Amino acid sequence: MLAVNLTDTIAAVATSAGNGGIGIIRVSGESAFQICDKLFKAKNGMSIQQMHSHTIHYGTIEYNNAVIDEVLLTVMKAPSTYTREDVVEINTHGGYRAVNAVLEAVIKSGARLAEPGEFTKRAFLNGRIDLTKAEAVRDIISAKTRTAMEIAVNKLQGKLEKRIKALRDDLLTLIANIEVSIDYPEHEEEEQNRINVSKTVEECLSEINTLIKTSDTGKIYSEGIKTAIVGRPNVGKSSLLNALLNEDRAIVTDIPGTTRDVLTELISIDGIPLIIADTAGIRESNDAVEKIGVEKSISEINSAQLVITVFDGSRSLTEEDKQLLDLTKNKNRIIVVNKDDLGICEEYKILDAPVFISAKSGKGMDNLYKRVKDIFITENIDTSSDVLISNQRNVASLQEAKNSLENVLNTINTGMPEDLLTIDLTRAYEYLGQVTGETLEDDIIDRIFSEFCLGK
Amino acid sequence: METYLADSVDVVVIGGGHAGCEAALASARMGLDTIMFAINLDSVAMMPCNPNVGGSSKGHLVREIDALGGEMGKNIDKAYIQSRMLNTGKGPAVYSLRAQADKAKYHTEMKRTLENTPNLLVRQGEVTDITVEEGHVTGVITESNAVYKCKAVVICTGTYLTARCLYGDTITESGPNGLRRSTKLSESLKKLGIGLRRYKTGTPARVDKRTIDFSKMKEQKGDEKIVPFSFENKEDDIKREQISCYLTYTNEKTHEIIRANLSRSPLYSGVIKGTGPRYCPSIEDKVVRFADKEQHQIFIEPEGEDTNEMYVQGMSSSLPEDVQIAMYRTLPGLERVRFMRTAYAIEYDCLTSNQLKLTLEFKDIHGLFSAGQFNGTSGYEEAAAQGIIGGINAGAYCLGKEPLILDRSQGYIGVLIDDIVTKDSPEPYRMMTSRAEYRLLLRQDNADLRLTEIGHKYGLISEERYAAFLNKKEAIEKEIKRVSKINIAPSQKVNDFLTRMGTSVLTTGVKLTELIKRPELDYDVLKEIDEERQELDEAVKEQVNISIKYEGYISRQIKQVEHFKNIEGRVIPENTDYSLVPGLRIEARQKLASIRPVNIGQASRISGVSPADINMLLVYLKG
Repeated sequence: MLAVNLTDTIAAVATSAGNGGIGIIRVSGESAFQICDKLFKAKNGMSIQQMHSHTIHYGTIEYNNAVIDEVLLTVMKAPSTYTREDVVEINTHGGYRAVNAVLEAVIKSGARLAEPGEFTKRAFLNGRIDLTKAEAVRDIISAKTRTAMEIAVNKLQGKLEKRIKALRDDLLTLIANIEVSIDYPEHEEEEQNRINVSKTVEECLSEINTLIKTSDTGKIYSEGIKTAIVGRPNVGKSSLLNALLNEDRAIVTDIPGTTRDVLTELISIDGIPLIIADTAGIRESNDAVEKIGVEKSISEINSAQLVITVFDGSRSLTEEDKQLLDLTKNKNRIIVVNKDDLGICEEYKILDAPVFISAKSGKGMDNLYKRVKDIFITENIDTSSDVLISNQRNVASLQEAKNSLENVLNTINTGMPEDLLTIDLTRAYEYLGQVTGETLEDDIIDRIFSEFCLGK
Repeated sequence: METYLADSVDVVVIGGGHAGCEAALASARMGLDTIMFAINLDSVAMMPCNPNVGGSSKGHLVREIDALGGEMGKNIDKAYIQSRMLNTGKGPAVYSLRAQADKAKYHTEMKRTLENTPNLLVRQGEVTDITVEEGHVTGVITESNAVYKCKAVVICTGTYLTARCLYGDTITESGPNGLRRSTKLSESLKKLGIGLRRYKTGTPARVDKRTIDFSKMKEQKGDEKIVPFSFENKEDDIKREQISCYLTYTNEKTHEIIRANLSRSPLYSGVIKGTGPRYCPSIEDKVVRFADKEQHQIFIEPEGEDTNEMYVQGMSSSLPEDVQIAMYRTLPGLERVRFMRTAYAIEYDCLTSNQLKLTLEFKDIHGLFSAGQFNGTSGYEEAAAQGIIGGINAGAYCLGKEPLILDRSQGYIGVLIDDIVTKDSPEPYRMMTSRAEYRLLLRQDNADLRLTEIGHKYGLISEERYAAFLNKKEAIEKEIKRVSKINIAPSQKVNDFLTRMGTSVLTTGVKLTELIKRPELDYDVLKEIDEERQELDEAVKEQVNISIKYEGYISRQIKQVEHFKNIEGRVIPENTDYSLVPGLRIEARQKLASIRPVNIGQASRISGVSPADINMLLVYLKG
């Protein structure tokens, strides 16, 4: 009856590109061991089939009689794996090229390149994670096609779950407290042990508000920041773009729905995606006859969430430069003063927090990255450990929970009898349960099928 | 053993307790030839434990039984000796009606009704066997080797199956109150492949009224205004002189005696193996579990008008008799108390009730139904509620009619039955308001509006009553419509009235409904400024007031019900093979296969089935 093909073995690079010297290729599925056995020559001569689950082995990946790389290979047998299938992870220590070569060899040996989020889809379909978690993961990876995020998000989701569960516990205690007095009306003595409902509800509300706020950050991670790079001709916009792109950290993909004609690049700054529109236009600026007029800049500036204004630090500010400064003064703006290597004119140093770089040498780029983060990640959130809500459905559920708790306060303030408190307390409890996947929603089946193109 | 054919009927009800009475009456009233067996006809509708009917959520059950055309409400209206509406300050959903019963009268009145119901024979005798052929019930055999052929059987054996009563070292192999137990039927059921388990419950001592000093206790009188349980009765029909109950407390001395003698309790020494209810624990349980509590409330309640026996609510125990007497005498007012009956615990066989469908029919035996304490519940009202459903469905089965299933949004009865067949209750199940998710809609005052129609459909509501019901319904709707249209201008008269009622005055005109919603006001008092109002029946006024006053809350709850109905609407085919569903955890697979839920909603309520399992099931069913 199930029309989903779970028999393929899938593979993908599981680390973000260029993060240090190691890259991990993950292979999952029925034939994962068999496929990798064709490629992996263990130092100890064992075949993968013989190895114990959750062990690491040293050896080489060989394809077409050539050694591609020295690797460490991790064997994990179903069902104690992320996907609940047999999983092999190959830790290469070559750079980006070696990672790609190993992936290619794995695919040529019988695996299929995983679709974005497919490991998570399998984790879901094999009952390893629930829909809410799967969705959270998908929300992020849909923009970035990075398998590595799946794990990270899961961890975050776990923390979120913990905080939601704490909230639900508080509400449940409140509800139980009211229920006891209702179910045992004869027992007057229980009345003395009553919890202060308003106080607890207000505390819960404040926690929910905090969580809702993190969604702004979550949204940035999942949707990216629309960024405009503006500046006079020849100030180094193109070099800056190239510096951003040429960094190994950059992931270059097409944003869905755009064509190659309107060039849009996606750049990851420590996980924060910058969406840079009209890169063709920026490149054109190298052309001697290009004429990027102020009008064009205005429309770009207006639609951007972040404006990087580039100046040539080796020359004095022109009228046009000053106009640009004025146009961007109310935006999230980073003033980048380029050509640091050629010496900077004093007048730039008194501008609004300028970042000095040399796009050519890469000097100062780190400061630029830091500035981007400082602007957008206002809630002091550590993405590797803190709670981050990226899923709009979660935000909506939290909002509903908030409304329900406000109703509770209203019920108290209008002097309604206490049983009526339980209606909205229970609703709040259920809405919070939607975030953790503990409340069964009636549109669940539609969600499953819209999220995971399943079906016949 | 030579058997003989004694009779051929439609429905046999085994047991004449609260479940059995309702089952037998429902079946007979549906026109089916019915026999109700009881081990002793003098113990029909006996109340072997507390002398009251109703209370929190149980009162709701009684009113629902009445709305469906059952007997419990009418019977307690005849036999009550004190009536109170509890919880009135806590909201309309949780008003709970409770009446003290004259136990003897309760029995006599119910027996009279049974004996005078057409199509029903009440028969003393122990059923020892149920016969099943090709998965269908064919009849029962009694201890006298009499065969009664029938199409359907409702098992309502209460606490009688292989029962034993205990206190201290004293163990009697008997049913409650020293009545004969039934041993052979358990064996017959096991042979049919029916899984049984062992539960226990207990009852406190009955003491001699003449040895109690009531001056040391707090008197609890009945209400002045009497609300009948039955929708067919009016206050004036049943108003009578009431008898008081009394409140006293345990103290450190009581607790000391209990603690010192715990080792002599069969419960703590391991003699009792059955699982007891957390909800009405023995006094020794309470003292052990809530060690830091300095006192527990104890109520002294009369067992009837013509007896000196008093029930000591809250002091159920299985400690040895000498310990019981010593600890009872530590209570203020009981210093010189003399026992008439000793407290005891009772152990009995009952059903693991997930073998039942939501109709209370066994999943694997056609025509076999069960109801009441045998299904693992506790309480007279819970028993009666299942009894009427079991009786209706046994009748429907014989007649080839659609069975009756009430869902969780239709009544406490629906909640009760769904809970016992879906969730694996590890202890005797007691109804509680907190179990009902949609209780603002499931009020005791509107049980007739919810269920009379259904009772009528199954032939349990007389045409006369049905006509009165339709009139009431219409009157409510008409009045709500009228009131919703009325605007109140800020006149001097209005503002004088509002000031007098302690609420803020008007500066502009408002809708009358807005005023009804104010906590200081209600529909009734507003008649002073509602000039066109006609005097209506109390019950109609109550509905109008609640519907308007709590409108916002009611509509939010209706939304929740819609959501619930959506999920309940996702049917799981009966032949679903859970071994084919990928990704299910083993526990979920086993539970689903054994309970065989009828829809996704029910599946999601099974303990051990997680949301992730439900996702898998949905993917599989859709695929």
